[in-house]
Amino acid sequence: MDLDLARDMPRAGFNFDNCKRNATLLSGGFKPPKTTKTGTTIAGIIFKDGVILGADTRATEGPIVSDKNCAKIHYLASNIYCCGAGTAADTEMTTDLISSQLELHRLNTERQVPVVCANVMLKQMLFRYQGHISAALVLGGVDKYGSHIYCIHPHGSADKLPYATMGSGSLAAMSVFERRWKPDLSEEEGKLLVRDAIAAGVFNDLGSGSNIDLCVIRKDSTEYLRNYELANKKGERQLNYDFKSGSTVVLNKTIKDLDITINIRPVPMET
Amino acid sequence: MSFLSIDHFSDYKVHGAQRPDFSPYESNGGSIVAIAGDDFAVIAADTRLSSGYSIHSRTQTKLFQLSPLTVLGSTGCWCDTLSLTSLMRVRMQMYEHTHLRTMTTDAVAQMLSITMYNRRFFPYYVSNILAGIDKNGKGVVFSYDPIGHCENAKCRAGGTAGPLLQPVLDNQIQLKNMNLDEKDKPILTKERAVSVASDTFISAAERDIYTGDFVEIKIITKDGIESMTINLRKD
Repeated sequence: MDLDLARDMPRAGFNFDNCKRNATLLSGGFKPPKTTKTGTTIAGIIFKDGVILGADTRATEGPIVSDKNCAKIHYLASNIYCCGAGTAADTEMTTDLISSQLELHRLNTERQVPVVCANVMLKQMLFRYQGHISAALVLGGVDKYGSHIYCIHPHGSADKLPYATMGSGSLAAMSVFERRWKPDLSEEEGKLLVRDAIAAGVFNDLGSGSNIDLCVIRKDSTEYLRNYELANKKGERQLNYDFKSGSTVVLNKTIKDLDITINIRPVPMET
Repeated sequence: MSFLSIDHFSDYKVHGAQRPDFSPYESNGGSIVAIAGDDFAVIAADTRLSSGYSIHSRTQTKLFQLSPLTVLGSTGCWCDTLSLTSLMRVRMQMYEHTHLRTMTTDAVAQMLSITMYNRRFFPYYVSNILAGIDKNGKGVVFSYDPIGHCENAKCRAGGTAGPLLQPVLDNQIQLKNMNLDEKDKPILTKERAVSVASDTFISAAERDIYTGDFVEIKIITKDGIESMTINLRKD
């Protein structure tokens, strides 16, 4: 039995078994389910002592907000982080995979992995899949060669830039950088600049919203500032919508004795 | 399932011929909620006008006061909203000149239906909700589909967040799926209707990207129309 399982283990990598079937369904007018997109504003800059990455926290499924506080700044290595825009699953899986490969590389070489290495691994993976992996990334990190920001597109092209933006709010964010970025910004100036760039996306792009995350990477320390600013407070509702006990009609009742111990912890419903 | 088109007869294609693709419709987003009470009607709409991922305006009212007792809320394709509402205004003025009295809410409701059905095969791409006081002094709400089907309702939600808001109204206003004793049933006062309307918009702004910025609420009574604005999320 165990042997059978081992023999029938799926092969590593993507499985394309259903491609032909799905193409047939599509040509017959089938509407495929929607993927979760992070219609996003992500950004990164180089400042005097390192890099600062920023991201909003909204995830959408079409016109509906599916997650009001998701994390779009992903860990790659202790000195490298990566912001992801595009299909949520693609950005998450791609960064997870590269993160694990970077760690193995670090153990093999016994050195801190340089940022350019993460860039090459990401773009080669994205190029291999010809843009079908919808991940638009802003990669940032600090190594012995200095501070680096890379902008990686879904088809596998990459730019090395002093400041970069990606996602549906990239134009709003870039307008802030083009106006105010300069070399050798202080950390405080840099954080304010990235915060303002993300806020521009949050308020002017409908695909971006909710809160602002930042990540500051310096020569020998990293600071992940999750929910650095709660840019949008939920409105105060006037009425109380808790249901009175017994609001739901009980249609029938069966009672069975079960010999178990239970702990009841009341948790207020999130409305 | 799919219709046969020239694409299915590749042998008959004219090489180099191009078919221009023009889409005359656009969704500019926004939501409306209307609630009818015994002697009042409440209608609310957000003030965000957008297309795609861009915001065109944060302060565009979608409520059109057609008479001292009638307000029309209209969302969808904004250019269609504008041409439909101006046509309604013209026709109401013509009625006034001819009959020397203002149209009742019921008459406006019927005329709106006819005006929309006139474009049966190239419809106004709008979601309309009409609220007002009828000829008996009672609050009424009428909702429409884009080609003129008219339905008298107690409470109605329309626009991009309509499908999100309608079940809340059914539950809170019509008390659907609620097993309450007669004495526990909340009375639908003007204040309660306004609170429910503004609260639903606060919730809609959380989840619908096309609803936000402000909500404008109009309270219609026989004595006139009261207007108020409440802040919503701006993201």
